[in-house]
Amino acid sequence: MASGKEIRTQISSIKNTQKITSAMEMVAASKMRRAQDRMSASRPYAEKMIDVVRHLTHAHTEYRHPFLVEREIQRVGYIVVSSDRGLCGGLNTNLFKEAVTSMKKWHEQEKEIDVCVIGSKASAFFKRIGGNVVSHSEQLGDEPSIDDLIGSVKVMLDAYNEGKIDRLYVVFNKFINTMTQQPIVGQVLPIGESQMENHSSSEEHVRYHEVSAEEAAGHMKYHWDYLYEPDAEEVIDALLMRYIESLVYQSVVENVACEQGARMVAMKSATDNAGDMIDDLQLVYNKARQAAITQELSEIVAGAAAV
Amino acid sequence: MAMTMKLNIVSAEKEIFSNLAEMVIVPGEMGDLGILPQHSQLLSILKAGEVIITEQGGKQESVYVSGGLLEVQPHVVTILSDTAIRAGELDAHSAEAAKERAEEMLKDQESEINFAKAEAQLAEAIVQLKMIEKMRKKKGGH
Repeated sequence: MASGKEIRTQISSIKNTQKITSAMEMVAASKMRRAQDRMSASRPYAEKMIDVVRHLTHAHTEYRHPFLVEREIQRVGYIVVSSDRGLCGGLNTNLFKEAVTSMKKWHEQEKEIDVCVIGSKASAFFKRIGGNVVSHSEQLGDEPSIDDLIGSVKVMLDAYNEGKIDRLYVVFNKFINTMTQQPIVGQVLPIGESQMENHSSSEEHVRYHEVSAEEAAGHMKYHWDYLYEPDAEEVIDALLMRYIESLVYQSVVENVACEQGARMVAMKSATDNAGDMIDDLQLVYNKARQAAITQELSEIVAGAAAV
Repeated sequence: MAMTMKLNIVSAEKEIFSNLAEMVIVPGEMGDLGILPQHSQLLSILKAGEVIITEQGGKQESVYVSGGLLEVQPHVVTILSDTAIRAGELDAHSAEAAKERAEEMLKDQESEINFAKAEAQLAEAIVQLKMIEKMRKKKGGH
């Protein structure tokens, strides 16, 4: 049995770890709240965009922007949004699993795959497993700004415009609540009620473009059209590009909230585990101490009897 | 009392302004535009500049936007503001940077995804996570 001193050192070292994990838990909790605020702050922009895009897809049938046209698929693009740091449980692992499952389907159909990675964990992952990474951003921090994403997203949008990729997905964690984060593979391009992948979370796919039924009913409503300045095509181009950027931005913000939520849960369980370990060790320590005292006493008694 | 319209100025990162306004002057790409209530539907590209708002009651306010889009409905005006100055060259530059980072990363990497390896690694990680979960449950049980 370990001696008393050894156990004491062990207990104090676990206590130190526990302090760290509980501090991390609290930090994650407050960061998560801020991330959630950012999530809701970015919503009006995206919602407004969706409204206008929805209108445009109907009002402007003569000008078909490439983003709106379904093409035969030769190559697919994926934007994989991950966290920069670890210690957040299975968050990234589950996400990569979802991404790989979806990529594999395309691979089996002998389609090529281009990947845009956001976040250090995703870049490390694709570095290990290979993959044609065409653009890369990391260290976006807890408050990602859209400027940091524009470059990466533009690479994918350009590839789409040039016909290098024919479909674009974004893979990120959706924030359901503090305890639950769901990895999502969402189709970004082409925009429209395209055939969503038959997928475990297929209803989530539709999230961005939940138009079909509503649209069909509201079709007659669109008897007016906007005035465009300078002209329709330029406005639509500018709008659609920003729309896609805002979708990606939202995914990134949502992923940050998920990261903090997952970290909070992971650190809470680490703190609890440390507590359990301390209790167990304390018990062992007390037993050892008691045994030592008992032994000493019996030695004294035996010694006294011998005299 | 003067007629008003709802004015929303939003950017991808936050809501900047949301209130009733009597008039708003925006820096359109082809020149400044003054929008009054019941303006016909309009979509326009904005350049960087000042948005001057006459709020309900005549109070003036101004907001700086670094470009964006303007959407006008008869009673609702929305400005989708950019958070950064957008210029073709600047965007191209940041795209170039993102590509370079990717190339840097790709240097010693296969361009084909090794699915077997990926799945093996993920499976391993997931098993580990499940084990941890299981151990926790067992711990909590006693």
